[in-house]
Amino acid sequence: MSLSIDEVRHIARLARIELGEGEAQDTLDKLNNIFGLIEQMQAVDTSQVEPMSHPQDVAQRLRDDIVTESDRRDAYQRVAPQVEAGLYLVPKVIE
Amino acid sequence: MIEASLKDLAAALRAGTLSSVELATLFLDRIDALNPSLNAFITVDRDGALSAARAADARLAAGTAGPLTGIPLAHKDVFCTEGVRTTCASRMLENFVSPYDAHVVSQLKAAGAVMLGKTNMDEYAMGSSNENSHFGPAKNPWDASRVPGGSSGGSAVAVAARLAPMATGTDTGGSVRQPAALTGVTGIKPTYGVVSRYGMIAYASSLDQGGAFGRSAEDCALLLSAMAGFDPRDSTSVERDTEDYTRELGKPLAGLRIGLPKEFFAEGMDDDVRAATEAALEQYRQLGATTVEVSLPNAKLAIPAYYVIAPAEASSNLSRFDGVRYGHRAPEYVDLADMYSKSRAQGFGAEVKRRILVGTYVLSHGYYDAYYLQAQKLRRLIAEDFIAAFTHCDVIAGPTSPTVAWPIGEKSDDPVQMYLQDIYTIAVNLAGLPGLSLPCGTGAGDLPVGLQLIGNYFDEARLLNVAHGFQQATDWHRRMPAVG
Repeated sequence: MSLSIDEVRHIARLARIELGEGEAQDTLDKLNNIFGLIEQMQAVDTSQVEPMSHPQDVAQRLRDDIVTESDRRDAYQRVAPQVEAGLYLVPKVIE
Repeated sequence: MIEASLKDLAAALRAGTLSSVELATLFLDRIDALNPSLNAFITVDRDGALSAARAADARLAAGTAGPLTGIPLAHKDVFCTEGVRTTCASRMLENFVSPYDAHVVSQLKAAGAVMLGKTNMDEYAMGSSNENSHFGPAKNPWDASRVPGGSSGGSAVAVAARLAPMATGTDTGGSVRQPAALTGVTGIKPTYGVVSRYGMIAYASSLDQGGAFGRSAEDCALLLSAMAGFDPRDSTSVERDTEDYTRELGKPLAGLRIGLPKEFFAEGMDDDVRAATEAALEQYRQLGATTVEVSLPNAKLAIPAYYVIAPAEASSNLSRFDGVRYGHRAPEYVDLADMYSKSRAQGFGAEVKRRILVGTYVLSHGYYDAYYLQAQKLRRLIAEDFIAAFTHCDVIAGPTSPTVAWPIGEKSDDPVQMYLQDIYTIAVNLAGLPGLSLPCGTGAGDLPVGLQLIGNYFDEARLLNVAHGFQQATDWHRRMPAVG
């Protein structure tokens, strides 16, 4: 398998990471090397194997549906790039 | 005093021959002197440390001290600390001050340990050399032109250079064991789920596990006992009673069955590492252990499977860094999508971006079965190999790293070469088993070699004793690099 430069640009767009003109080729080369390593997986027949998503096969715990968190909005917003009146500010998304 | 064990430090503090403030000052002064050349710490918190030390001294005087009260500690900068910045060695979080403590941090605060500062690491714990740090690489104290390993490189260096008596780390594919091996200290990664991941900045959630660095297995056992325990805030924290991981220390090793995976001893490890590993196994035989060949036929698939699973989980976990709620925001952008893309392009380093891109691809439409699902199936085969091997032995032993520490820059432009350094450690994370590395000899250039011990699920106490037994009979763990 080998990625094309357009595929790399598409993945970068999906991942919301701007890729500069100069970076695309180097990124492509390195990703293709990584996928060369990953391709070794395909040599194994796993049709009879159950996937393992987690080291311990345990069910997720449930908790009572009650409020456990206190309101710490100010503390959380202190680390935000831009806030106003308790709101996170982002560029305008609706004209 | 910098050579003292945690037990001896605790005894001196209780006897009043030493105060916690004196002890913290000793290590803070050492950090001031040596950190400019070693770069082990990203942030040093002298004021916070001295204030915690004064509180510890009050506890010691009141007779309410525990085994770690008043003892200095370094946290890997992946653990959130309220009021002290947590960077994850990323430009993205360069100025991030967490509004809360990680579970591990609160546990150790409650134990009265004194945090000196936050240690250097590969950005977001992605790396095997500590070179992927926004703050520059940490240096190996045995040879400052070489890497200390990663991702918990700074914590390993801090303990190796005696800048702290103990340190925390995290291990997703070897990030505690490998730097422990390369710097000549002891490090343990417990069974997945033993240490809470709450407040530990996520890389690959089904693999990430907190761990401990110390100068000996005994010190690691004391630190791990304070870190571990059920935490309802981590959905994968295991509901088990708290354990005293020192409880097996001192038990004789006679009759211990050590499994040697033939795949680990086949090819790939350097001759100097092989010689030190074989000598350590001979030492175990002299202590009464027997060795038996076992097989992990699918272990060779661990690296490819890991480089699907970990980037997939990382691409999801790191989507939270969008320049809106915390972290870096690009100074200029034209709209919201542009703000996301520029903030993430500027905030993340090259290796983090690569792993996000790999993860995004393998999870994208049409590729899920071929990559992520296939990797999860291999994960089961790898775990089943270990389960079968443990029917023939009590612990598994082999090298931690195929080489000793390598020169800074040697592999940093070749991601695949770097990935292959974790050949012996990654399978353990995929299976979720506990693993430990202890210094077992030296290789080329008098650089440390680590022996890896792998235990069955929840067998940390035995694993620590197997390392302790070796350290009672040898003095590799007492060697100290010639720094300052």
